Amino acid sequence: MNIVQKKHGLFHGLKLRENKKSSSVPIKIMPSPKRVIIPMQQHLGAECEPVVNRGDIVKAGQLIGDSASFVSAKIHASIDGEVKSILRIVNPVTSGIISAVEIVSEETEGGIISASQVGEEKNQQIQQVNNQPDHQQVNQQTNQPQENQQFDHLPNQINNQTDSQSGNQSGSLSVNQENKYEDYEGKYKEYLKTVEKLEPKELIEKIKEAGIVGLGGATFPTHVKLSVPKDKIVDTVILNGCECEPYITADHRLMIEYGFEVLIGAMIISKIINPVSLIIAIEENKEDAAKCLEQKIFALGLQEKFRLVLLPSKYPMGAEKTLIKNILKRKVPVGGLPFDVGVVVQNVATAKAVFDAVILNRPLIERVVTITGDIEHPLNLMVKIGTLLTDVAEYFGKIGDKKYKVIFGGPMTGYTIGNINFPLTKGTGCILLEKVSPRSESNCIRCSRCVSICPMNLEPLMYVNFVKNNKYGDCSSFYIESCIECGSCAYVCPASIPIVGYIKTGKAVLSRK
Amino acid sequence: MDTRLIDRGQVIISYPPHIWSGFSTSKVMYIVLATLVLPGASAVYFFGLRALWMILVSTATAILIEFAIKKLRKKPFIMDGSAAITGFLFALVLPPKIPFWMVIIGAAFSIAIAKEAFGGLGFNIFNPALAGRAFLAICFPAQMTSWYLPVKWYISGNIAADALTSASPLNESYVYEGTRFALYKDLFFGNIAGSIGETSALAILLGGLILIGLRLIDWKIPVIYIGTVALGSLIFGNDVLFQVMAGGLMIGAFFMATDYVTSPVTGTGRIIFAFGAGIITLIIRNFSAMPEGVAFSILLMNAFTPLIDKYIRPKPFGFVKKDGKRKKQ
Repeated sequence: MNIVQKKHGLFHGLKLRENKKSSSVPIKIMPSPKRVIIPMQQHLGAECEPVVNRGDIVKAGQLIGDSASFVSAKIHASIDGEVKSILRIVNPVTSGIISAVEIVSEETEGGIISASQVGEEKNQQIQQVNNQPDHQQVNQQTNQPQENQQFDHLPNQINNQTDSQSGNQSGSLSVNQENKYEDYEGKYKEYLKTVEKLEPKELIEKIKEAGIVGLGGATFPTHVKLSVPKDKIVDTVILNGCECEPYITADHRLMIEYGFEVLIGAMIISKIINPVSLIIAIEENKEDAAKCLEQKIFALGLQEKFRLVLLPSKYPMGAEKTLIKNILKRKVPVGGLPFDVGVVVQNVATAKAVFDAVILNRPLIERVVTITGDIEHPLNLMVKIGTLLTDVAEYFGKIGDKKYKVIFGGPMTGYTIGNINFPLTKGTGCILLEKVSPRSESNCIRCSRCVSICPMNLEPLMYVNFVKNNKYGDCSSFYIESCIECGSCAYVCPASIPIVGYIKTGKAVLSRK
Repeated sequence: MDTRLIDRGQVIISYPPHIWSGFSTSKVMYIVLATLVLPGASAVYFFGLRALWMILVSTATAILIEFAIKKLRKKPFIMDGSAAITGFLFALVLPPKIPFWMVIIGAAFSIAIAKEAFGGLGFNIFNPALAGRAFLAICFPAQMTSWYLPVKWYISGNIAADALTSASPLNESYVYEGTRFALYKDLFFGNIAGSIGETSALAILLGGLILIGLRLIDWKIPVIYIGTVALGSLIFGNDVLFQVMAGGLMIGAFFMATDYVTSPVTGTGRIIFAFGAGIITLIIRNFSAMPEGVAFSILLMNAFTPLIDKYIRPKPFGFVKKDGKRKKQ
């Protein structure tokens, strides 16, 4: 039975130089940092209030921020330690001032030091595993994150698992691999049965408690996205594994190394929504990930449920609206949500987080981040939320005397960071260090390249003019709200005008009115 | 990386996107300039080395005037090729025997008045080269309408001795001695009286097709413009092929009407623009005292461009018509 479908034909969009330098580098687990700053708003929606005070001792996974609002996501501590202070920081996405909780682990506590040592060991193991054949490598790594001593306060079920696995790990790697493979498959089949027993309401509650947000970058709270209004019928769930931005490989590696988790996460989402079809969308440049997932779908006996769609690598393929249009030929109405056309889209990394929340009772406190750009060894790193840029920066290696941009997110939509003590949040899928080549903005020559490339069928050049002349009302009458800020217009602009900057300004002024 | 990078101001803050196609304005301009070499070559081939001198003088004047005005306005001068295009195009739409001082005046007018006075590249309302031509047509009507038959290409300097005067093909008094097929052949290859760069339909077509192939100009403008003129000529009972290839229609449709700055930015807008230019050309050719109307038709539609861009807005992705009905109380 063939579940992979390749989409052919002409697709609108940009062909970008991919630069996916770290696509074959396995995910490495970063040791827990000694200090984290956890912002109270890492999602679209209401800011959370800290529920801990200065001086409190917190454990990793403990709730530290909550909000009464429905459109919000809970925040959890990502390391053990003491709440050193409650800070006020800038949210780079909204430019608003928000609270943040600073947690510092005390070095005198033996546990913390050992935790970082465990991290070191894991990394060494990965190095060894790299020499193993492919499927074994994947299996080995699949287990890594679960074996984590920081979670000893979590329910017993997990402790048992971690124990048994660390037993396996510490033993010789040459123990009967075949047996092991079957074991894992069996384990995941068990998980599938667990999912079947749970009610959709329970599942949503678990997702909400875990503070899961869309990990593709938009960071919309997942429990809100999964609460389909009663008057809407959703027939399709799309699992988004497009990762259309250059450089980023976090989702790519996640699909290869955490395939089972992603698939079971998708089954959990499917249990909540109960759609007719469940589609995994992957760009052609990640065919290995598609093969990997296909194999695992068959291993779990889910071939009746899933369909894998391979799409051409054209930016912005992974944007929700363009993705739905390209797969289902449905257009999400202006100001509407995918619900309105009977679709729910979830990122593959979100599905993995859903798995962690429902099966392992683990809140969202870490994510895969691609560290890449003009550095010696680009890599994929499992990082605790709230880790500071300064701690991650050691992975940059030697850098020269040139001017740099430090970008959180991809090269097309990410934002630059100027503060070395800035924390990673749930939405940070990539840290990009880019050499700056000077270029200056010149006059718009009205070539209308931006008009023809715009996936939302807008006229970006108009906004530049209107914002320069303070005519914000006109921005609105040229539908500025429809802009998804994908950056295609500025990428093709021959005059090198930072069009997205003008659009962001226009939107910000309009929202204040 | 260490904190010193930030202290030393080595970390830069900017808006996304952080990568760029690298396809800059000057690249666009130099590619257009390269395609202009084709009609330029036909000009030299049919009207002698004097045509080459006209092109060089006009282009040099345009660049120098732009440089001087930028200095006067205390703005940076960028050699982006746009002034060179204006100068080159301007020379191509001039008659072969026009005095060089008129070429200089016209090119200076194109840059100084039609372009820089409006704010420079990107802000001009009218196509600078056509505005310069219109200016000369009004100031020096006699010199701007004296046409000559093509001469041997190697003849330079004073062509008056060799060149034979002729009416413009579109003029009522024009008589072609030969078969109809020979006339079409001469029109297609350019062996006919006219402005130095407009006579060869072949050279213009080749240049235009290269630009369309590179997606540098929108095919809609030349196709709709020429199509409208062809269809209209059919209705008026004129010779369609003759109307399309004679005069400045070809160079106007491919190189003048497609000017980014002075044409609409949307597909629909461009169709309206090209259709309007076609209608005006037909009216001038059939009803006015002037034999040719391409330059004025494009200039008139240039004036309509801001209006077209204001009211022709593409509907955004997923646009829903608002329900106009409101419940009456």
